[in-house]
Order: sequence, then structure tokens, then C-alpha cells
Amino acid sequence: MNDALDVALRLLVVFAVFLVLPLVIGQTEHKVMAHMQGRLGPMYAGGFHGWAQLVADGVKFAQKEDVVPAGADRRIFQLAPAVALLPYLLVLVAIPIGPGEGAVGEVVDAGLFFVLAVMGVGVLGSLMAGWASANKFSLLGGLRTAAQLLAYELPMLLTAASVAMAAGTVSLPGIVEAFEWWWLPWQIVGALVFFVAGLAELQRPPFDMPVADSEIIFGAYTEYTGLRFALFLLAEYAGIVVLCGLTTVLFLGGWHGPWGADGLGWVWTLLKTAILAFLVIWLRVSYPRLREDQLQKLAWTTLVPLALAQIALTGIVKVAIQ
Amino acid sequence: MTLAAAAPQGFLSPTGVEVAFVLVGLVTFAAAIVTVTTKQLVHAALWLVVALGGLAAEYLLLTAEFVAWVQVLIYVGSVVVLLLFGLMLTKAPIGRSPDADSGNRWAALTVAVAAAATLVWVVVDAFRTQWIDLDAPQGTTSVTGAMLFQHWVLPFEALSVLLLAALVGAIVLSRKSEEPSDERVRDAKAHARDDAEAAADKEQR
Repeated sequence: MNDALDVALRLLVVFAVFLVLPLVIGQTEHKVMAHMQGRLGPMYAGGFHGWAQLVADGVKFAQKEDVVPAGADRRIFQLAPAVALLPYLLVLVAIPIGPGEGAVGEVVDAGLFFVLAVMGVGVLGSLMAGWASANKFSLLGGLRTAAQLLAYELPMLLTAASVAMAAGTVSLPGIVEAFEWWWLPWQIVGALVFFVAGLAELQRPPFDMPVADSEIIFGAYTEYTGLRFALFLLAEYAGIVVLCGLTTVLFLGGWHGPWGADGLGWVWTLLKTAILAFLVIWLRVSYPRLREDQLQKLAWTTLVPLALAQIALTGIVKVAIQ
Repeated sequence: MTLAAAAPQGFLSPTGVEVAFVLVGLVTFAAAIVTVTTKQLVHAALWLVVALGGLAAEYLLLTAEFVAWVQVLIYVGSVVVLLLFGLMLTKAPIGRSPDADSGNRWAALTVAVAAAATLVWVVVDAFRTQWIDLDAPQGTTSVTGAMLFQHWVLPFEALSVLLLAALVGAIVLSRKSEEPSDERVRDAKAHARDDAEAAADKEQR
């Protein structure tokens, strides 16, 4: 009975985090982008700096009519947002934020494989949306999504394998446990490749070719309205949380910090995740969109060789220090 | 002497895991049937996701966690995405495509039944009435890794050579049509240059 209660409580906490953090990042994005671009943005809702704009947006989304195009494949069209969003919830269960059993939703033995596998499933949602909408822009968006995933999945897996080699385990808490400060310079190339490939997998700018609004309206999500559209947006922000959390856990040492490692480890994890999320927003404001061929070229001719070089380096150092 | 008597565990009092295993197996089987019988192409690919996911769930129930996640990663995450990508490059019509039947129904069924019979026979012959104790995890990552790289390292390496050969073959096949397409690219580039020059002329005027 106690065990069941424990599991339920953990899942409840993870679910709460899943509901709160993506919205926090969404709100931060509004404000940070407004400041970086020297504009005000919505400032009235709720009084202080328009803090309630997010709530207003949510209410607006909930009120909108849920339209399914006449030519669409109804059931798949309606199922797609859930397929896009749920994997990120599952991934969040396995990410540890502090040392010990208490600070992770569920210890998964092959955690690294679990998170990468489940994150890959999320893209199926975009593909289903793109195909089922019966819209050529949506279909183009779906095609670009698939091409992008196929290109960037490989470097992501390779760099993740590099960390697993360094730590000698594929369990996420185990990897953070084994972390030493000098892993930072040792794995820095892998970290960059992982982060860039993750951004591309989330279709965040500058890798947002699949939703390029100036060419194909909004890619696979063109036909969506109301809450289902909001779910896709939420999936994007949940994806940012997951990607930043994973990069923190794999490459930045998770709960390790210069001081206060025992009681305040979770603060370090959250802080690193927040800084990375800020970086994601910053990149969106700073860089123009990569063209489709530039996207593919970056993945196959830059990221994959870099990831392979990182694996070779990891192997050499690992053998040398043993 | 029946099999049930030989095994310390009876077949007649299944545990919860065994019941779940059978149920997930039925779902997987049904999804697989729908995959090959549905007339809607993209639906077939999506039912394949259900079938492959069900298989991953079966691995999980057998405590082979690592194999389960690799199954999801490779098959659901990559193979099905590739399939969908290929389908989207074709028309991939919404609704039924009655012309998608190749007429090889009976040949395919024969091959499928023969393959299934062979596999079932091999598995039954290999394990007979052995019973796996699932209370302690049997298929953790370290166990799988040790087995793979100690006992099965030669087949593993042979497989990787096979994959390498397939990779090289794919590259050779895709490079075959390079000459004509090169010309086309050059033509297109020349056209683009002409267009750009024309536009520049226009601007100057």
C-alpha cells in the first residue's frame, strides 16, 4: 500500500512539473524575446508586466472552435496532438533532478535508451498531423519533419553513447553519479552536438524549417485550432524542458555544483536547465532559419563526424585512464 | 507425463504477469493482422507502430528492459518514421486505396505461416519447459551486454559486417545515376544565373 502511495505521489509531482515548467518557459520566452527585440509585447493582462497574458491565451485557446477539415482523416487528425505531447511526459519521469532515490520519478535501468527512444516517438505526432490534415502545406511540413528527424537522430544517439561510455552505465542517475568536473572539457564537443541535434529534433529556430511560416504557413500544424493547436505548442515547450534537462544530466553534471551538493543539488539541476532554456530562447531571436539543404548538410557533414570524433576521443581517454 | 507436471509451475494458475503477457500478445497479434489487411496505406504503418510497441511491452514484461527500449528506438522511432517518409513521398491518399493489392496474397500467407512455424518450432525446441524466474530482473543492461560481448560476439560482429555491406551497397546504388543528374544540376544553375543576371539588368534599368 505504501509503495503504491509512493509511486502515485511521484507521478503526481512529475505531472505537476510537466504542467508548470513548459508554461514558465513559454512566459519567459514572451518576455525575453520582447526585451531582446526592444518591444513591449502584451503588457496589460493582470497588471504587472502583463503576467496573466499566458492565462488569457489559454482561455482563448479553450474557447476556440475545434475544427477538423472535411477531407482529413478524422481519427488520426484528432489523435496526433496526444501522440506529440505524451512522450515528453513519459521522459520527464526518468530525469533525475537530485541525488538519491527521492529525486527522480522512477529509476529506469536503461534510462538513457528510454528517454531517447520515447523522445523519438513524439515526432510521430507531427507526421500523423501532417499527413492526416489533407493539406499540401501540412504534408510538406510532415515530410520536412521526417527528414529532419532522420538526419539528427544519429548524431544525438552517438553523443549520448559517448557519455554512456564515459560513465560506464546507461542509467541517468548513474551517469550523474559518475560525473567529474573534467568531463566538461572532455565531452564538450559531444555536448554541443547533442544540444544542437536536440534543438533540431524539437524544430526550434534556427531549425524550424518544418514549420517555416513564410513558406508553408505552419507546417504540419496548419489545420489545427483551439486546444489541439495549444497541445502542439505545449509539446514544443515540454520538449525544451526535456532537452535542457537531459543536456544538464548528461553533460553538465546535473546536481553537482561548486558548493551545496548535498541538500541543494536539485537547485543546481534546475538552474542549469533554466540557463539552457534561456539559451534556446536566445538562439531563436538571434539566428535566421536554416534552409532545408543547409539543415541536412549541417547534420551529415558536420554533426555526425564531430560525434564520431567525440566517441573516438572518449574511448581513447577511457582506456588511457584505466 | 504431461508438460504441466514436468514444470514446477502449473499452466492452470497463471500469475498476473502471465495474464498481462497473453493479453498484450493478443493486442500485438491483432495489430499485426490489421497492418497487413487494412486497405489504408498510412493506417497500416500506424498499426505497425502498435504491433511493434506491443512487442516492446512483451519484452518489458519479461524484464528485458534494454531490449524493449532498443526496440522502441529502432523500430518505432526510426523504421516507421522512414516508412511514413516514404509513404508521404508517394501520394499516400487519405482513405482506401483498393489498387494497392499486389495479388500475392496467398504466396505471402504461405511464407508468413512457414516463417512463423519455423520460429515457433525453434523456440519450443530450444527451451522446452524451462521456467524463467521473473521476480529478479533477468534482462538488465549489464546482463545483456555481458552476454552479447562474451558469448555472442562473433555473430554480433558478423551482423555488423552485413550492415556495413548493405550501407556500402546503398551508397553505390544511389551514386549510379550521378552523371545525368549532374548535367541537370548544371543546367539549372546556368538557368538560375541567367535569371539573376536578367533581374540585375532590370534593376539597373
